[in-house]
Amino acid sequence: MSRETTGNLANVLLDNQQQLLDGWMEGMLSRTVRRDRVIESEMREQAERFLPLVAQAAAKGGSYEISAEAWGDVLSLLREISQARLRQGFSPTETASFVFSLKEPLFRLLRVKMANDPIALAEETAQTGTLFDKLGLFTIDEHLKGREQVILRQQQELMELSTPVVQLWKDILAVPLIGTLDSARTQIVMENLLQKIIDTGAAIAIVDITGVPTVDTLVAQHLLKTVAAARLMGADCIISGIRPQIAQTIVHLGVNLEDVITKATLAAALQVALKRTGSSVMHAQHG
Amino acid sequence: MERIPILKMGELLLVTIQVDMHDRLAMALQDDLTERIVKDRAKGVLIDISALDIVDSFIGRMISSTASMARILDARTVLVGMQPAVAITLVELGLKLEGVRTALNVERGIELLRRPG
Repeated sequence: MSRETTGNLANVLLDNQQQLLDGWMEGMLSRTVRRDRVIESEMREQAERFLPLVAQAAAKGGSYEISAEAWGDVLSLLREISQARLRQGFSPTETASFVFSLKEPLFRLLRVKMANDPIALAEETAQTGTLFDKLGLFTIDEHLKGREQVILRQQQELMELSTPVVQLWKDILAVPLIGTLDSARTQIVMENLLQKIIDTGAAIAIVDITGVPTVDTLVAQHLLKTVAAARLMGADCIISGIRPQIAQTIVHLGVNLEDVITKATLAAALQVALKRTGSSVMHAQHG
Repeated sequence: MERIPILKMGELLLVTIQVDMHDRLAMALQDDLTERIVKDRAKGVLIDISALDIVDSFIGRMISSTASMARILDARTVLVGMQPAVAITLVELGLKLEGVRTALNVERGIELLRRPG
């Protein structure tokens, strides 16, 4: 009997499913902090699906490598379980303990079944332990992957939220930029701005950088790109909201903003824009 | 040989580019345009590229040089109707078409050319 194969494990799993399931559920429930009926029945259902699959994979695969084809079904079930638990707000530890808590009842059974061959038992225990460690780590990986997806989605949502283009006046648009400008955001700002220029037929766009914390050469380059793209579409750009420190930084860095109209405040920029488009605003005199 | 039509609108000439540009077509356009500027005593040229989805560096350079030629003949050039995607591509390519005036559409372009200065 080769010790590299999963024959023993498969036999034990196939012959004692009910016993294992009970032991497993007990172990799992003692570890989970939150206990309610729904979770309990769900766990039992997941465990009932998991055990036969593991038994099949062990019988079929003959290998402890979970990357082998035979373990595909087991892995996809684990993936499903981790994602379900992620949505329910379980921690990675709780998710992984689903797999780890099967080890105890399983080892107990192996000890009974293989009591007459201690060397084989030791070997089997080590191999099975490694196998379940791998499966447990797999669930943690999946859990983290799920979280990364959530973060990614939030990043995209944030990106869309943070780049509005508003119409200030007839033919005048404003782009209040908030947060750091990187190339991905510049791309979105540019696309939004240019589309809005077409939609509204605006002749002047005011890019307000009051909310941009720092302007380095890269950010300045991105700003100039946006200005150049708007100009190609036939709209002039004014950059406003330049704070004193930022004016100093721009000059120290040697960034050339000579070709762009720059104003300290949005109000000043609007004044220029109104003059250019031939509109004017007056204070009403109340007698 | 196919040619790009040049329409006369008072003192202005309107060129609408709708087909893919290549060397010979560009040369022919520049020949025709310079000739028409002199013949019609045109004061301004509108180049409409609203039908182009792709503008590469070749067309970009062609437009720049056409504008320079027109300027020498004392006609101002306005490039009109550029698509947003085209504008972004040109900026990424580093082609800012300096010296070429731009407008959102033909109407705005005409306004720009009628304004003195």
